[in-house]
Amino acid sequence: MEQVITYIEGLDWSPLLISLKTGVVATIISFFLGIFAARKVVKAGPKVKALADGILTLPMVLPPTVAGFFLLLIFSLRRPFGSYLYGTFDIKVVQTWLGCILAATVIAFPLMYRNARAAFEQVDVNLIYAARTLGMSETTLFWKVVVPAAGPGIASGTILTFARALGEYGATSMLAGNIPGKTSTISQRIAMVIQDGDYATAGFWVVIILIIAFLIIFLMNLITSKGMKNIRRW
Amino acid sequence: MVLQVQIKKKLGEFQLDVSFEMEQEVFAILGASGCGKSMTLKCIAGIETPDEGRIVLNNRVLYDSQKKINLPPQKRKVGYMFQDYALFPSMTVEKNIMAGMGKKPDIKLVQRYIQQFCLTGLEKHYPAQLSGGQKQRVAMARMIASEPDLLLLDEPFSALDTYLKWEMEQEMRDVLAKVGKPVLFVSHNRDEVYRMCHKVSCINNGRMEVVEPVKEFFHNPKTRAAAILSGCKNISTAEVIDETHVKAVGWNIILTIPYQSEAGRIKSVGIRAHNFHKDREEAKKNISSENRLQGNVVQKNIEQENIAQESMIEENVFQIKEYRILEDPFEWNISFRVDEQSGWIQWKIAKREGEPLEIPKELYLKSTDVLLLEER
Repeated sequence: MEQVITYIEGLDWSPLLISLKTGVVATIISFFLGIFAARKVVKAGPKVKALADGILTLPMVLPPTVAGFFLLLIFSLRRPFGSYLYGTFDIKVVQTWLGCILAATVIAFPLMYRNARAAFEQVDVNLIYAARTLGMSETTLFWKVVVPAAGPGIASGTILTFARALGEYGATSMLAGNIPGKTSTISQRIAMVIQDGDYATAGFWVVIILIIAFLIIFLMNLITSKGMKNIRRW
Repeated sequence: MVLQVQIKKKLGEFQLDVSFEMEQEVFAILGASGCGKSMTLKCIAGIETPDEGRIVLNNRVLYDSQKKINLPPQKRKVGYMFQDYALFPSMTVEKNIMAGMGKKPDIKLVQRYIQQFCLTGLEKHYPAQLSGGQKQRVAMARMIASEPDLLLLDEPFSALDTYLKWEMEQEMRDVLAKVGKPVLFVSHNRDEVYRMCHKVSCINNGRMEVVEPVKEFFHNPKTRAAAILSGCKNISTAEVIDETHVKAVGWNIILTIPYQSEAGRIKSVGIRAHNFHKDREEAKKNISSENRLQGNVVQKNIEQENIAQESMIEENVFQIKEYRILEDPFEWNISFRVDEQSGWIQWKIAKREGEPLEIPKELYLKSTDVLLLEER
């Protein structure tokens, strides 16, 4: 028992903090961007829709390393855009926490976007018509009528986005690297210690991530089921 | 003139071509389902855009294809009540009513609407917790609270069962009388329209046919489509023989009709299923003139009635050669024909307790009860 306590006391807790922070920030960004993109795509004509949908969904189907490759291509300090960002705004993406967020956002965003889009498309169009004849502006009706009616879909999209962002590995390791205390997320730490044969530390982090993932989904389910009491159960 | 509508829109197979004007009144559009009734309402509300035409409400141009005017629904001040009410499921009754009252609704006014529509105690309920009738009241309150210049009702009673429908219809009539706004009422139910509306028009295959006072429309339909919508069960194409006789081709029978100076216009005839008489003397009496004069009957008809009153009206005789009986809860439906080759004719007669149904050899019909229809 004492062994366990001293082991935990001596542990570097930074991966937990980095993972949580990355997950939360990436989810918040994806939430708004995803809803915004979904709204635009739902309103677009069929051709624009097909094209935009393809581009926006791509990061979800591609291997994360491919997304990482493209991100490096854009943000590497040896590339025009990356060096411009660094030179002009002093913004460095590669090997920084910003890189973690960017990688996690790119990979998790399609989950938010697709769920939001599917939810919007299922909203009863008469609700929108009714809101318009009642004089509601397009923005008001979107936030007061469409988003609540699409609530369950948006909520599940948010849960999945967070879960995906929390565990992101491939693109993150390429873009942000694995710098302890800076960009080393839980999944990166697991991969690293396994290479050293340290199964005890890997197992510990596996348990932590299992608990977090389960807790989040459990809590979100509770919250959404409360919010959905006015929607019929079947 | 409150509302002027003149629109055209291509709708899949057919062309919607509607033009009418209405005053401060309850104006009904009757039509079979899928004929373009709802689309007409949607074009007026601005939810759909017509291909061409013009819509003017209280001298405000809502849509004009030539001048390229097309106000968004938010600016039209046209209330729309949907068939399924389209209440916002995530808002309480109170919030639903406030939805159309602008950024800062007057709470006292909201309370008044809640009271007026008998929704007290339900303020915090969500639509899923309401009964059909309550939902309709909320939809009505929400629409009226947004203070529109025109009310559009799209099949308002179709989601209610018959028992509730009767109650809601009476409530609706009171409300409409109280708010005193022009109402455009779309329905395929003739009884509803007869009870609630002042004027009727009918849409047939996308075209608007007649616009008439409601009584005249039902008692004296002018076109084949109008006759069907007004509930006439028997319609046949007709060949004119002379000013007082037509041949009903479908039934293989020659009918006597009141004198028509322009008999050539008659293309079809209709007979209402409950207008047959078992008693020949009944069919000769001219009591229908009084009933007919209640509506806004045109001058020509009055002259006809006068002539008819002097000489007893003639009756038509139908030989029953073959018949089938269908039993309804309160009436008998008998289909018969005058010979084996011709079409069936429907006859309805109310059930009388303890009296068995006797099928006579002949049925009689007043000449004035033959509906003379133009196939416009």
